[in-house]
Amino acid sequence: MARMNMVQALNSAMDVMLERDPRVVILGEDVGYFGGVFRATDGLQRKHGEHRVLDTPIAEGGIIAAAIGMGVNGLKPVAEIQFADYIYPGFDQVVSELARIRYRTAGEFSAPVTIRTPCGGGIRGGQTHSQSPEALFAHVCGIKVVMPSNPYDAKGLLISSIEGDDPVVFFEPKRIYNGPFDGDPHKPAVPWSAHPRGEVPEGHFTVPLGRAAVVREGRDVSVLTYGTMVHVAEAAVRAAGVDAEIIDVRTIAPLDVDTLATSVCKTGRCLVVHEATRFGGYGAELVATVQEQCFWNLEAPIVRVTGWDTPYPHAFEWEYFPGQARVAAALKQVMEAA
Amino acid sequence: MTPRSRLHVPSPPARPGQEPDFSYVQISAAGAVPRPDVTASVRDIENLSVEMVRVLGDDHRAVGSWNPHLEPAELQVGLRHMVLTRLFDDRMQRIQRQGRISFYIKSTGEEAVAVAPCMALQPGDMLFPSYRQQGLYMVRGRNLVDLMCQCLSNTHDMCKGRQLPIMYHWADGNIFSISGNLATQFPQAVGWAMAAAIKGEDRIAATWIGEGSSAEADFHHALTFAAVYQAPVILNVVNNQWAISTFQGFAGGEQRTFAQRGPGYGIPGIRVDGNDFLAVYAVTQWAAQRARQSGGPTLIEHVTYRAAAHSTSDDPSRYRPKEEWRAWPLGDPVTRLKQHLIALGEWSEERHTQLEKELEAHVVASWKEAERYGTLSHGPTLDPLTMFEDVLKDMPPNLVHQREELRTLIAEHAVPTPAETARAKEG
Repeated sequence: MARMNMVQALNSAMDVMLERDPRVVILGEDVGYFGGVFRATDGLQRKHGEHRVLDTPIAEGGIIAAAIGMGVNGLKPVAEIQFADYIYPGFDQVVSELARIRYRTAGEFSAPVTIRTPCGGGIRGGQTHSQSPEALFAHVCGIKVVMPSNPYDAKGLLISSIEGDDPVVFFEPKRIYNGPFDGDPHKPAVPWSAHPRGEVPEGHFTVPLGRAAVVREGRDVSVLTYGTMVHVAEAAVRAAGVDAEIIDVRTIAPLDVDTLATSVCKTGRCLVVHEATRFGGYGAELVATVQEQCFWNLEAPIVRVTGWDTPYPHAFEWEYFPGQARVAAALKQVMEAA
Repeated sequence: MTPRSRLHVPSPPARPGQEPDFSYVQISAAGAVPRPDVTASVRDIENLSVEMVRVLGDDHRAVGSWNPHLEPAELQVGLRHMVLTRLFDDRMQRIQRQGRISFYIKSTGEEAVAVAPCMALQPGDMLFPSYRQQGLYMVRGRNLVDLMCQCLSNTHDMCKGRQLPIMYHWADGNIFSISGNLATQFPQAVGWAMAAAIKGEDRIAATWIGEGSSAEADFHHALTFAAVYQAPVILNVVNNQWAISTFQGFAGGEQRTFAQRGPGYGIPGIRVDGNDFLAVYAVTQWAAQRARQSGGPTLIEHVTYRAAAHSTSDDPSRYRPKEEWRAWPLGDPVTRLKQHLIALGEWSEERHTQLEKELEAHVVASWKEAERYGTLSHGPTLDPLTMFEDVLKDMPPNLVHQREELRTLIAEHAVPTPAETARAKEG
């Protein structure tokens, strides 16, 4: 088994799929010759040719529209949007087109496009390189939305996304590209090589979409989270000495309600953690779902820890980021409630 | 006085009550614009984007190097498709006025911009239309009953009751789904064409957009991507002068022709008389040949006139002179092709009347059959539970649950059926 960081795992997923399936093509800004600003497509054009790994004009709407046309013509395009913050010029093509082609043609046409895009903060990116817009996409029916938290899942989920017949928006928390991040920016960076989920098979394997993962079993409280915050939650739980069950949602949509509900019904307490803003955020959907499924098992009000309802400020990144201290305080709150 | 900037708000030459004025439409004489070789460089043929390619002269004869020299039998087929399109439109409009379908969009006066290109292309070429190219379906031979059932949202609706009338699609006929959100199909067609080239096929794509929605960013994306990758695609701008109530000046048509946008991107632009069946056929043939030889995209501006309302939801007499179409200098595409065939001695008024009768009977018979499969007002419609299908390939758990919820509601008669709703509306 190889050791990979998340970027290498994503690269490996695309390499495997380019090799296995002649329909797979990669397109995006800087993805070809240069190999991507985060190196996710490094070497792929050299290996698979410039017809299959295409540099594109700087036009996210054009990238997504072209990918749709390619998908309609039998290819399996994997489009990279360089930062999730840049995806909005292509939003109409995602919402009104990509997500609806199968539906509006009663299955006669479809476009199996995977859109990869780095999201999240903690990299000094300011308000235009730090957003987590997963809730905007989770609200759109007709697409799947994925966010992995480690290299193993990143590769397995990306292969599943490309192999599937549905469009997928695949969010990559860029703060954990190189190593798991527990929320403390002052500690030395930890590489993925020391993490069990940094062990990734070199060949083909899949992690199914629509299935959450229990990353830590526990009895006292369920922490529902995904992306970077999985690692922050793990650290906070360790520090607090709480026997928490941590669920990595992994697929934002369609949501694995059963895994979440089973856990919360068992523990009776629930904490929801995400980096994105709070109001109308994905956490609200998680809270509502838990309330519907587990109300009579709940022993305390459900608590949310999220980014503040402001843009992501450049200078006050760590005041903004929902770090360990906020997760720990919320754990305490949910554990001490009657 | 200090000079000040002044906002220019475009205004059409004539509004209701005023005399129609089309003096802004620059028209070349038939046969005046020479046809270049399909390998010509963009730089050398910029004149095509300013002048107007025309083949049919005022004497109804075909002249000049763009004359595609079609056999009379082919011309008769073209005429037949255009007449059928017009009769179909007229019938569907009347049906909408009777409240039997919810909405309709006619293509009257601009039938040639769909029928002629479609005939000039190969059946395997992929078409990405906007919402006013129903002529494509006539050329490729879709059963009228299928189109009518779509408009009726009935049990045979290809869209299973999910789309407004006229938003057809046809995978077997290589015609992509009509969106309803304008301009989105333009860059998708480019992506489709890029894929054809990646796969090494000789199929090409063609797409249509109105001059109004060419103002959308999607238009710019399409031209940029088409130029960058030299995609085998034909980009048609249908300049029918009106985008609901705003005239073509609001899309930038006062400053430059729409065809002139092509050379700006490094794409040949051709301005063509959109009501001249032969000219439209010829320029499409030129662009298709160029695309198939790896010559890349062509932008074609079809200068035509939207003779009907935008849709059944607007009244054009509120924003343009009532008889403006009568003054349109490029005439009527159906009449012009008919007169050309008569001038060739290959057609007559009697044969034309006979054709109209035959096609009208076909449309009426098709409607009778379509209605048998249900109407929105009196049913039957498809099972409403089908609404949960095709959101994703396999139904996710949340939709399985929601479908069961609706099943219960229907069983308890807690929701009105589509037919009940429609009847309540009728009063």
